[in-house]
Amino acid sequence: MRKYVLLAALLIVSGFMLLSAVDMHPFGSPEKEDMDKYFIDNAQEEVSANNVVTSIVFDYRGFDTLGEATVLFTAVVGVSLIFRRLIK
Amino acid sequence: MMSKIVRTITNILYSSILIFGFYIIMHGHLTPGGGFQGGAVVASGIALVLIAYGYDTVRNWFKKSNLSFLESIGALAFIGIAFLGIGTTFFYNFLANSGGLFGDPTVIGINPGNLDTSGVLPLMNWAVGLKVLAGLGSVVLLMAYGIRKGDEE
Repeated sequence: MRKYVLLAALLIVSGFMLLSAVDMHPFGSPEKEDMDKYFIDNAQEEVSANNVVTSIVFDYRGFDTLGEATVLFTAVVGVSLIFRRLIK
Repeated sequence: MMSKIVRTITNILYSSILIFGFYIIMHGHLTPGGGFQGGAVVASGIALVLIAYGYDTVRNWFKKSNLSFLESIGALAFIGIAFLGIGTTFFYNFLANSGGLFGDPTVIGINPGNLDTSGVLPLMNWAVGLKVLAGLGSVVLLMAYGIRKGDEE
């Protein structure tokens, strides 16, 4: 009985996966390209940086980077807390 | 402490790894990479020295309190630079195309790259790079201490 349930679950999951794979649009042509187009066309002029990725990470999406830095800080604090018992 | 072969190779490679990491941080606005990636490279150099020489020797070279200080400086510089542009918005790039520090306008299109462009991006790259190298370095140091303590017990 358990085997059939597992088989059905596998079939359903792989069916959904295959469905989404068939429905996938071709690589390099996104469905909505307004924002990418804007970044690619204007990033060099507005931020005057050659590296568009860095201009997005530190300028257009600066808040995201702030969160990333907070995550790193939290990780360091967590490691210090775990190893504090050893150091004492 | 590892064998003499490992220590010799480490002595040769260590400076190159540090220079490469700082190069990635410094050229973050021109070439692939940036603060996070360069800081991780520098931290991997610290990990290499730690493995080759052992915790007891390295502890005297990198003080953990200095690394925490460096990390706080990086975080505060990042948020401070973000706040400097608050006249327009938070995280506004007020230095770009201004003609001052890092303020040269870049050539539109394919160009070899000018280090003196893109406003606050290099400063933020340095801030985040310092933060990441200090954070990951202190994580590696703490874990090495934990391993050593576990070996003793």
